[in-house]
Amino acid sequence: MTAISTRAKIGVVVASAVLLGSVAAGYVAMAAEPAPPPPPATGDQAVTLTPGPRLLAITDRYVSTVATADPAGSRTVSGLECLRVYAAAGTGVCLKPETAWSYQMVVLDVALRQTRAISVPGLPNRARVSASGRMVSWTTFVGGDSYTSSGFSTRTGILDTTTGVTVASLEEFAVTLNGRSYRHPDVNYWGVTFTADDNRFYATLSTGGRRYLVRGDLAARTVETLKENVECPSLSPDGTRLAFKEAIDADPAKGWRLSVLDLTTMRVTATAETTSVDDQAAWLDGSTLAYTLRQSDGRPDVWSVPADGSGTPRLVIPGAESPSPLT
Amino acid sequence: MYLSTVSRPAADPPGPGPRRRRFALVSGNVVALGTVSLITDVSAEMVAAVLPLYLVLGLQLSPVAFGVLDGVHTGATALLRVVGGFAADRFRRRKLIAGIGYTLSAVAKLGLLLAGRSIPAIGAVIAVDRLGKGVRSAPRDALITLSTPPEALGRAFGVHRAMDSVGAFLGPLAAFAVLLVVGQSYDAVFVTSFCVAALAVVVLVLFVRERPDGGPTEGPSEPTVSVREAFGLLRSKPARRLVLAAAMLGLATIGDGFVYLLLQRREDLGLRWFPLLAVGTSLAYLLLAAPLGVLADRIGRLPVVIGGYTALGVTYLLLAGPVDGWPLIALTLALYGAFYAATDGVLIALAGPVLPARLRTTGIALVQTGQALAYLVSSVLFGLAWQAWGPENAIRAAAVAVAGVLVGTLLLLASPSRLINRKVPR
Repeated sequence: MTAISTRAKIGVVVASAVLLGSVAAGYVAMAAEPAPPPPPATGDQAVTLTPGPRLLAITDRYVSTVATADPAGSRTVSGLECLRVYAAAGTGVCLKPETAWSYQMVVLDVALRQTRAISVPGLPNRARVSASGRMVSWTTFVGGDSYTSSGFSTRTGILDTTTGVTVASLEEFAVTLNGRSYRHPDVNYWGVTFTADDNRFYATLSTGGRRYLVRGDLAARTVETLKENVECPSLSPDGTRLAFKEAIDADPAKGWRLSVLDLTTMRVTATAETTSVDDQAAWLDGSTLAYTLRQSDGRPDVWSVPADGSGTPRLVIPGAESPSPLT
Repeated sequence: MYLSTVSRPAADPPGPGPRRRRFALVSGNVVALGTVSLITDVSAEMVAAVLPLYLVLGLQLSPVAFGVLDGVHTGATALLRVVGGFAADRFRRRKLIAGIGYTLSAVAKLGLLLAGRSIPAIGAVIAVDRLGKGVRSAPRDALITLSTPPEALGRAFGVHRAMDSVGAFLGPLAAFAVLLVVGQSYDAVFVTSFCVAALAVVVLVLFVRERPDGGPTEGPSEPTVSVREAFGLLRSKPARRLVLAAAMLGLATIGDGFVYLLLQRREDLGLRWFPLLAVGTSLAYLLLAAPLGVLADRIGRLPVVIGGYTALGVTYLLLAGPVDGWPLIALTLALYGAFYAATDGVLIALAGPVLPARLRTTGIALVQTGQALAYLVSSVLFGLAWQAWGPENAIRAAAVAVAGVLVGTLLLLASPSRLINRKVPR
């Protein structure tokens, strides 16, 4: 090895540091663009959660509404920033940034005012309100403690807006798996949907690399598994069917097929949507599902498809995500 | 109880020659390697801090899908770590192999830019990064042992690991500083992280020496290491006992995830404080690594390693014990950090002199691989114990396992007469 003086070596390191630093600083300067100011509420009317023929969705991170009859038409955008939103019977749930690196779950009243806020761990994933507007649920992704460990897990919480009772994590509930009592540290829950009695609910339970549909009982603090490979259930308005995402060949790495489970017969019908759907679908009415699909650059669009397997997918709200009918 | 007594000193490299700088705490090569690790950890932790944000919020992916490949990756990394260690010994190019490892990880940072929203591509990039980490650690640790007189190995590893942790602390701060400027442009963090990692490679190339202090550690006339000889390493009693002990010790660790989860459940800790548990442990590790390394040189490495695993056992017992509240959290994190500080570098300091210099990288790779694979087994076993007996009893069982492993380690590594004599080395 050729002998280089220490002074020369230090010179090379300093030069490299300056060069690499300039590359980094240049890239950072290029990437830095001023955040767009929150859009003002357009038109005379502000966004409200009053039940009516409108769809709630997120446009460029802000809560907005469109007319159900003309969803691609003019949009009313609020100044409320949310990553996920859902509403029913005049109650809304919004997962919004609290600081630059933390998020909170916020309950909204009909005028989009914040009535309650809970700091949540991790990153927003799912949000739901029961049909009566009383129960609220949210799911976040937690983890990535270490870059090289796949330590991702989920946390799902439920709030009773009437009593204020909060379940910080469903992991506290007793589990019956395939008819037998079960406990395991790798149990994770996501994607809650409530039934009409505001006590029973459906959700996804994941353990041992498998994902199950569970039916839960809030008062009894229990869940039991019903069926395997059912994720992100969403109960139909009449309470007879669950829209869900079904991992292709039971392998989430292959993507998900948006499907519907008949709770009486336990028969599964795949919808006409063949693109992988990674979302908890929303029922626009008794026979239509809405969901978010992403373009290759990550830009979202809201699509809809008939729940009975017929028809074809239809683009509903371009450039929006997290759809919810205002019922 | 000093392990180098069972090694063959003749096979060791000569000391660092005339010590020009008597005041130096550790050799220049160790400082250089520590600097490389520090800078690399800044880069790695920058990405670690923002990767969840990037995957979930930037790409809107479901990261739960990533768990599938985990076992495969760990197995492949374990194999390649040993192959890399052997190559480093055979071609006497420890620096080169370590450099390849550091370079792979640096390139992986750019790979994240190219992977886009493709889950398989992101998985592959993460695998490359992990591979780089696996390949570089054994030759790096071998270089530390070859650049340090045997009696100062504890201190050398202590200083190296402390520098490494400083980098791990700075990384997230650097990432958030970048995000403050750029908002949601995570790619700016990846590019910055790449530039930092590249600087570490430059420092490695210029300042890390294959043959420290000019002295040729292996004469050119020596025959090259053969595959046969590498396999023969496990036929030598001290080396075999060492690898066995390392694997056994690996069986005693259930993993950070479980420890923090149990602590959080015990204390009903607000879930948002969860990430701070890891920070607390790292802080204890950072502060204790160098002092415990020095202590290991004074009283012997085996007692410090045994002490470290005792701290681990006490940590487990605390998680199922009577102490509550902040005392529990503080005590648990301090002891858990002390466990890392007393074992991570010290175990390699203990292993170094036992392994012949010409096969040292292979030997260290075997020790590290044994530990990693055993840890994989123990975390699965702990999951099953939790399932069968519940968390409280599972952690008690883990504490019992630590006690058993400690007895086994003492039987393997310390001869009874020495235990009675309590002889302090040198």
